[in-house]
Amino acid sequence: MAVTVETHATLIDAARALGSSGATYLGGGTVVMRGINAGEVQGRIVRSADPALRQVGLSGDTIRIGAGVTMAQIAAHRELAFLHPVARAVGGPQVREMATVGGNLFAPHPYGDFAVALLALGARAVPATGGGALPLEDLLRDRRRGGLVAAVEVPRPRDPRAFGWLKVSRVKPKGVSVLSIAACLPRETGRIRGARVAFGAMGPSPMRSAAVERVLEGQSLDAATIARAAQVAAEGLEPPTDSIASSWYRREVAGVHLRRLLEGMA
Amino acid sequence: MTMKPVTFTLNGATKAAFTTDGQNLLDFLRRGVGDLSPKYGCGQGTCGSCTVLVDGAPQLACLVLAETVEGKRVETAAGLAAGARLHPLQEAFMDRFAAQCGYCTPGMLMAAKALLERNPRPTRDEVIEAIGGNICRCTGYEPIIAAILDVSQGRVRA
Repeated sequence: MAVTVETHATLIDAARALGSSGATYLGGGTVVMRGINAGEVQGRIVRSADPALRQVGLSGDTIRIGAGVTMAQIAAHRELAFLHPVARAVGGPQVREMATVGGNLFAPHPYGDFAVALLALGARAVPATGGGALPLEDLLRDRRRGGLVAAVEVPRPRDPRAFGWLKVSRVKPKGVSVLSIAACLPRETGRIRGARVAFGAMGPSPMRSAAVERVLEGQSLDAATIARAAQVAAEGLEPPTDSIASSWYRREVAGVHLRRLLEGMA
Repeated sequence: MTMKPVTFTLNGATKAAFTTDGQNLLDFLRRGVGDLSPKYGCGQGTCGSCTVLVDGAPQLACLVLAETVEGKRVETAAGLAAGARLHPLQEAFMDRFAAQCGYCTPGMLMAAKALLERNPRPTRDEVIEAIGGNICRCTGYEPIIAAILDVSQGRVRA
C-alpha cells in the first residue's frame, strides 16, 4: 500500500483530517519517516505547516512550548535554560534540528527522553481540538487515544536547582537510553514538597515512580533518604528488554543512577 | 502515485522537480535531481551520511519529507567547491587524510560546515559534539576532528 501525504495549513484542520481514521501524523519526521522508509508506515499521512506549532510563549511561571518546537530551538532559547541539558541529550545535532516536543510525547520506547523531563516538571498537554490542558501522565497512559497535541504548558521551576536530569546511554553523545531520570524536588525549609520523579526507558512510555516520590516527600535530601529512594527505584516500573539493555539490567542499575542524580541535587 | 512539484534552491541554483508521496529528501536529491553527494547509509537517521543543510540547519535527508523543502535552501557537499577550487574543509580533509572509504565524508563535511557557520572558532569538544551524529568506521574520527580544527584556526586557506 502506498503513502499519501496531506498538508494542512492549521493544526485544527490537521486534527479534523486525522480524526479517528487511523492515519499517521507526521511531526518532525525522526520516527515516522523511518517507518515510511522501511514500509512499516503506510496509508494516509497527515501533517501541518501551522507556524503556531513552532512558537514558545511565556506567561508568568508557565511556559507554553508549541508541539512543533524542535530540540535545537529549546537548546537555543534563553528562557528555557533549565531544559537545555535535556534537549542536548536527544540524538545528534541533525536529529535535534528535526525532533519535536510533540513527537517526543508519542515516541515509542526507548525514545522520548524530553517527555520524561516534562513529566517530572508537571507539564500539561494542550489538545489540538481545544479544551483544557491535561496532565501529561494522562496522555502518556494511553497515547493511542490522546489525539493531536498543540503545545505543552510547563511550570518553570522556581528554583532551577530543584530540577535534575540524567540520561544513561552506552554510546555518547547520541546513544539511546539505557534509562533516563528526571526529578523535580522543590524544597521548603529544607524539606521536599511536591516530589515528582520520572523514568524513561523503564516502561512502555515515560513513567512516574510513586515509590520514589513517597520516600522523598517531606524529607530532606540526605544520605539516608537517598539510600531509601535508591532501594525502591524500580518498584512499579516495567522496563522492557531491547538491544540496549535487558529488563533485568535496567532494574539493577536504576537505583544506582537515581542515587547519583539525587546526590548531585542534594 | 501522486506527483508533487517542488521548487527549491540547491547549492544556490533554483531547482524544480517532482516528488512522489512519502519520498524522502535523500531519494529525491539522488534520483529526482541527480545530486549524488548525499549518501544513503541507514535510511533511519542513525549514520549521518545523508546530512544536508536545509535553510542552514544540518538535517538528515533520509528523514526529511521531500515536499517540505518547497521554497527552502538546500546545500549538499556537491556545492562546496567553487569550480575547481575546493572548499577549505575539503582541502583540510585531504591534508589530514580524514577520509578512507569516503562514505561518511559528504555528511561529515556538511555537519562541519553547519558548525563553522554557527561557530567559526569551536573548541575541540564542540567539534566532537557537532559530528556526534555522523558515524565513520574508518578514520577513528581524530583526522576529521583535526581537519575541522585546522579550518577553524585558519591553518587552511581556500
